Formats: sequence, C-alpha cells, structure tokens
Amino acid sequence: MATEILMPALSPTMEEGTLAKWLVKEGDTVQSGDVIAEIETDKATMEFEAVDEGIVGRLLIAEGTEGVAVNTPIAVLVEDGERVEDATPSGPAQQPAPADKTLTSESAPAAAVQHPEPVAVKVVSDWPDGTKVKSQTVREALRDAMAEEMRANPDVFLMGEEVGEYQGAYKISQGLLDEFGSKRVIDTPITEHGFAGIGVGAAFGGLRPVVEFMTFNFAMQAIDQIINSAAKTLYMSGGQMGCPIVFRGPNGAAARVGAQHSQDYAAWYAHIPGLKVCMPYSASDAKGLLKSAIRDPNPVVFLENEILYGRSFEVPVMDDFTVPFGKARVWREGTDVTLVSFGIGMTYALDAADKLAGDGISAEVIDLRTLRPLDTATVIASVQKTNRCVTIEEGFPVGAIGNHISAVLMTEAFDYLDAPVVNLTGKDVPMPYAANLEKHALVTTAEVVQAAKQVCYR
Amino acid sequence: MATRKPAAKANVSAKELTAWYRDMLLIRRFEEKAGQLYGMGLIGGFCHLYIGQEAVVVGLEAAAEEGDKRITSYRDHGHMLACGMDPKGVMAELTGREGGYSKGKGGSMHMFSREKHFYGGHGIVGAQVPLGAGLAFSDKYRGDDRVTFTYFGDGAANQGQVYETFNMAALWKLPVIFVIENNQYAMGTAQARSTSTPDLHTRGEAFGIPGEIVDGMDVVAVRDAGAKAIRHCRSGKGPYILEVKTYRYRGHSMSDPAKYRTREEVQKMREERDPIDHVREMLLQGKHATEEDLKAIDKEIKAIVTEAADFSRESQEPALDELWTDIYAEVH
Repeated sequence: MATEILMPALSPTMEEGTLAKWLVKEGDTVQSGDVIAEIETDKATMEFEAVDEGIVGRLLIAEGTEGVAVNTPIAVLVEDGERVEDATPSGPAQQPAPADKTLTSESAPAAAVQHPEPVAVKVVSDWPDGTKVKSQTVREALRDAMAEEMRANPDVFLMGEEVGEYQGAYKISQGLLDEFGSKRVIDTPITEHGFAGIGVGAAFGGLRPVVEFMTFNFAMQAIDQIINSAAKTLYMSGGQMGCPIVFRGPNGAAARVGAQHSQDYAAWYAHIPGLKVCMPYSASDAKGLLKSAIRDPNPVVFLENEILYGRSFEVPVMDDFTVPFGKARVWREGTDVTLVSFGIGMTYALDAADKLAGDGISAEVIDLRTLRPLDTATVIASVQKTNRCVTIEEGFPVGAIGNHISAVLMTEAFDYLDAPVVNLTGKDVPMPYAANLEKHALVTTAEVVQAAKQVCYR
Repeated sequence: MATRKPAAKANVSAKELTAWYRDMLLIRRFEEKAGQLYGMGLIGGFCHLYIGQEAVVVGLEAAAEEGDKRITSYRDHGHMLACGMDPKGVMAELTGREGGYSKGKGGSMHMFSREKHFYGGHGIVGAQVPLGAGLAFSDKYRGDDRVTFTYFGDGAANQGQVYETFNMAALWKLPVIFVIENNQYAMGTAQARSTSTPDLHTRGEAFGIPGEIVDGMDVVAVRDAGAKAIRHCRSGKGPYILEVKTYRYRGHSMSDPAKYRTREEVQKMREERDPIDHVREMLLQGKHATEEDLKAIDKEIKAIVTEAADFSRESQEPALDELWTDIYAEVH
C-alpha cells in the first residue's frame, strides 16, 4: 500500500517551511532513517529522515518550494512490487485534530472565582477549654514537634547541617541525636542543593524527611529541587508520585547579619502551586503546624524566625496537639481596622494594636499562620466588619503577600473597603549592616500605628 | 570507541539475545514512530529520542532484579519501555491524552510508574542525580536490598549537584549506580568542548567511587558491567559509576539542526556500530535465529508500535477538570 510522506513539523512552533532539497529521486529505495530531504525552517535547515522503508513513488512537491504547510503530502512511498504508477496521492492529508473539539479552553471557563463562605471572626483557642498549658519557647516547641513525630513514625528522619552532634546551629534539634541515633538524625555536608535533592528522592521512595536549612537564605542553592522536583512531581505524574517532605529553618532577618543572610522568602514559596507554606509566630503554632507538616503527604516549606526562637508562649500540654493548615488565628478582636500579619510581623501588629487601643482605635489582629493554603475567608470577614486593612510583613514590597491580600480584598470585599489597603513590608533595599539602617529597613510598630491611623483617616 | 568484539559470547543464551533484540527493536521502532507523530503535529513541545542508545537501558535492565529502581533525565522513552511500562501509555502521554501515564499532564519528559519502580522523567539537567541517591537512601534506611540506577548524560556530568551527590553517596555508602550515558554531545556541544577531562568514569575517584568504561553499543558488555556494578552495590560497598559510551543518531530534540557534527560521522556510527545490528549478527552467526525468525519479531514489534500509536490518537484529551487535580495529595 502506498504511504504518504507528510511535511514534518521540525520544531514546537513550526507551521510551514521550505522544501529546500530532495536527496532522493523517484524510483529510489529508502530505508527507515535515510535522509531524504532538507527542509528549511525559520531557524535552521534540517535533515528529514524516512520513517518507513519503501520505494519513492512520487515526489509531490518540487524542491525549492516555499511555504509548504506542515502535514502537506510531499511524497509517496510504495512497497516492493507495487507499481510506481499506482502511487497517486489521496488528496490533502487529514489535519490532526484535538481528540474532542467540545473540550477546548475557549468553550469552558478555566476557573470561576470561588467566593468564600462567611466565617465568624473570633478569638478561638486551638485547644479545649481547661487544657493545662505550659510556657515554652518556640525553639523547644519545634524540637518537641519533631521528637513526637519521630517517635510516632519510624519513616520520619531529620537531615541537615549541624543537626546531630552540634545539636543544631540554633539548637532546634537539641537532644534528638541522643534519642534517635545517627540513622535518623543525619549531619550533612554543606551542600544544600545535593542534600535537598537526596531528601526529595527519599520522599519519592516513601520516607518522611525533615530537611533543615541552617537558614532559608542557603536554600536558594536548593530551590530547584524544592520547586521543580518536590512541588511539581505529583502533578507531572498525574497523581502517582507524591513528595511528603518538610523543608524547615529560620527565615528572614535576624540581627546585623547583612544582606545575604536576612531575606524573607514567604512570598517566593507562597507563589508555588504544589507547595504548602507555614510561617508560625507563636510556640503553640510552631509545634502544632510542624506536626501537621510532617504528617502532610505534600511538600511543606516551614519558615521559622531566629528572633522568635527564644520567645516563650503558652503551649497546651496534650498528647497530640496539631494545628490545621489554612486556618488563620484571630489574636485580638476589633472593630475599626484589620491588621493582617504572620511570623515575626505579628510582634509589630500586636504591639501596634495595644498602642492603637490607647488612642481609641480598636484593631482586629489576624495571624495567617499558613500562606498556602491561605485563609482569605477570615480576612474578608474581618474587613467586612472593620472596612479597613493593613498588612504587615518583613519581605520585599514587590509581589508581597500583602499585595495578594489586597488583590483578594479588592475582588471579594471591594464594596466594604472605606480606605485603600496599606501593605507594610520591608524596604525595597538589600538588608544593610549598620544598626540604624537595618532598623530602618524593617517594619516597625510605629509604622503599623501610623498606617492604621491613615486607613482610619485619623 | 573500541572495535567490535567477536560476536560469539560464552555467557549469553540464545533466549537472552532474542529478548534483547526484541526490546531494543521496540525502543527503536517506538522512537521512529514518535518522531513521525511529532512531524504530524500530534506530539508537541520537546521530544528527545533515544535512537542509537538502546543497548544501554536494555543491557542494564537485563542485569536488574525485581524491585530495583531507576530514574533518568528527559530522554526517557527508552528507559520506560525497557523496564516494562506499556508502550500505549507512554505514547498517549506523548500525544497529551488521558490514557497517558501522567494523564497527559506530564508529557515526554515527565512520566512515572510506581509499579515498575520508574521514578521519572526529569527535565532539569542533573537534578535526577541527587533524587536517585535519595531513592537509594530510602532503600538503605529501610534495609531493603535494592539498588537504584541513576542515569544522566555527559552534559549533566558537569553539574555541581552531581558532585555533591557523589560525596554523600560515597560517605553514606548508598546503593546507587550512576550510569553516565555518554553520547558525546551535550545538546550541541561536543564533549571535548565542554569537559576538561574526557574520562567521566574517573569523576568519582576524588570521592572513592570506582568506575569503568562500558561499550554502550554492545548490549552484552552493558549487561555484564551492570551485573558487576549491582554486586558492588548489594555487597554494601556504596555507589558505582558506569560510563557507558554510546551515540544518539537523532538530534538533541526534534528541532535540532545538527550543525555540530557531520552526516558522515552519524552514518559511520550507524553502519559500523549499530547496537541492534550487532545483536542481529550474533543471533544469525550463532545460528540462534533465522532471518525468518527475526522477520517475525520485526512484525510483532511493528504491530505493538502501531497499536500504541493508534491508542495515542484515539485516547481523548484530558477533561478540563484535570487542570485542577493532582496539585496536592489529600491529607488523611
């Protein structure tokens, strides 16, 4: 049977090309893989190989012809014994069509905006009334979370620089090596890219790695593995290959460590579908969210803060205390303005709320706790009550979490806003070293107070 | 490249040779068909064909045992077919249909099979190397006596993360075989133009990882080297490097104008070193098979590939709802 040879697409974008030269003539025998023609695209001249074997029956397009559309029959091959004269082209080749024309993106909207259900904005405890609480630092809470999860699941292990014998660069893993041994508390060389990749591979293999970065500034070495390997594989595999892993460590500015050790990556990671992102403020959230993160079947970026490590908070004394993702915590109810923050930004938000109260302004303070998923419902409900909003974070201003909150409020609560939302962020500069400049580069309580007054027109 | 060894081999049976001939031919015909479907616009984007390199995966799969893992780069169709994944599912992924291994959401470079212990299909050059070591880490952690074949090319062999991984794999004695498929061109850059020292199998020396050169156009040599590497890994001695010298006949991807090498070079390799012709000669010279037998295999393979191509065209495009699935695994 005669086989038509079609004008090939030789690049992802090619629609037509020039048939520059035939390297075979009618009557020639060709094998699969033989170069039969040269085809010029807008980028290059390419060799075109025969796929099937046979005899060249007809050359349908003369060499030198320009603008030959992809899929146009250019020649006809006949089989041994078949007469060349029989090789008549069958007319234009059928264009490959999408399998089902009714399922094109034009005919169905990609996604409608989801309107959140109304929620009550109230200070609600994360643990039952009457539960005993103890004062604990964020550092101790993080360690307890890891220890509890490692006791519960033998597949959970911790790897990172100085997590074992040194007991943690910031003492988060103090005591874990003694309890769990070097098989499960693994000191790595200083090679973030490599050990992050090994962690992701171990998660593909079914383990539950907790990968500690000495700081998230160093995780930039590993960000390809976090995003391209950990976050995208479930999707790329059509749901087959999940990646249950936690990347954790201090994030954002500490004190006087300069530009390369002081960046807040909250917005970077929150940008990525496939990642979950936590940024706790309190010790109980640090503990409850880290336990949830370790149990989660998805990759979780867990952003801690060095300055918060030593702060003490109430932590419930419970066998198994967890905090769910995607649920903001209301720290303070108010009626005049909503202050939205997370991580160390909460320090300034809560301080400012105290000061504003003294000036007769009642601020509602919301701690987002997780940035992906993001509890927009609580923020919207709060703004529907207060009609004003200030966001507070330490990251850079362009593409900030606050920008996203503003966009959500503009879409979902436009009619409720009595003033433009103000986004307070770190300044748009690399972090300076000088004490006075550094202080100036970060968000301050005074700025929060001023912004709250501004949106209240006071 | 070394000259062809004599066809007769003491350590290989007619049954094995025939099976390898079949497996290699399947990859070649599948890839030719993929090239054809690409030309027709049915496959889009990037499509990296494995033609010429078939003996590498077929030889190593012949050495592997049930439960051993494998992971590779974006030139992955051959690896998937060699480890037993369904040609229909692979081809339908190439055409972006719901019947593909990733429901059409991964494409040529991103397919996976837990069942066959195939862990992708990775598009960032070199990124699969630490991932492969991590898979080996998981086996060692659990005490499973398995090895992981971690494939990468001569181009990836210059990536920094490869050496970070060599260090940790050797330090922790991970059961990982680093298979450097040296096809002599990193995209369009000849090895001599990108690599300070040509012997990639010695790249582990600084970390105490043994390595050797393997003739990647000789499936028997590859199988034997694979068996040796596996013994090394399973005995707890840590990683092993196989630098498998091979050659890709086609371009880096479909849109490669091939200006960086001569047609004569490719033609010479095809005529003198073709890995499939090599096995074919061994079968015929050893009187293990007749021309008729081989024709029957050719016909069988052609039917499998035609069936895969038909399936890949008939399978529907994924439903639009699929856009929103598989982003997060459900929390239980």
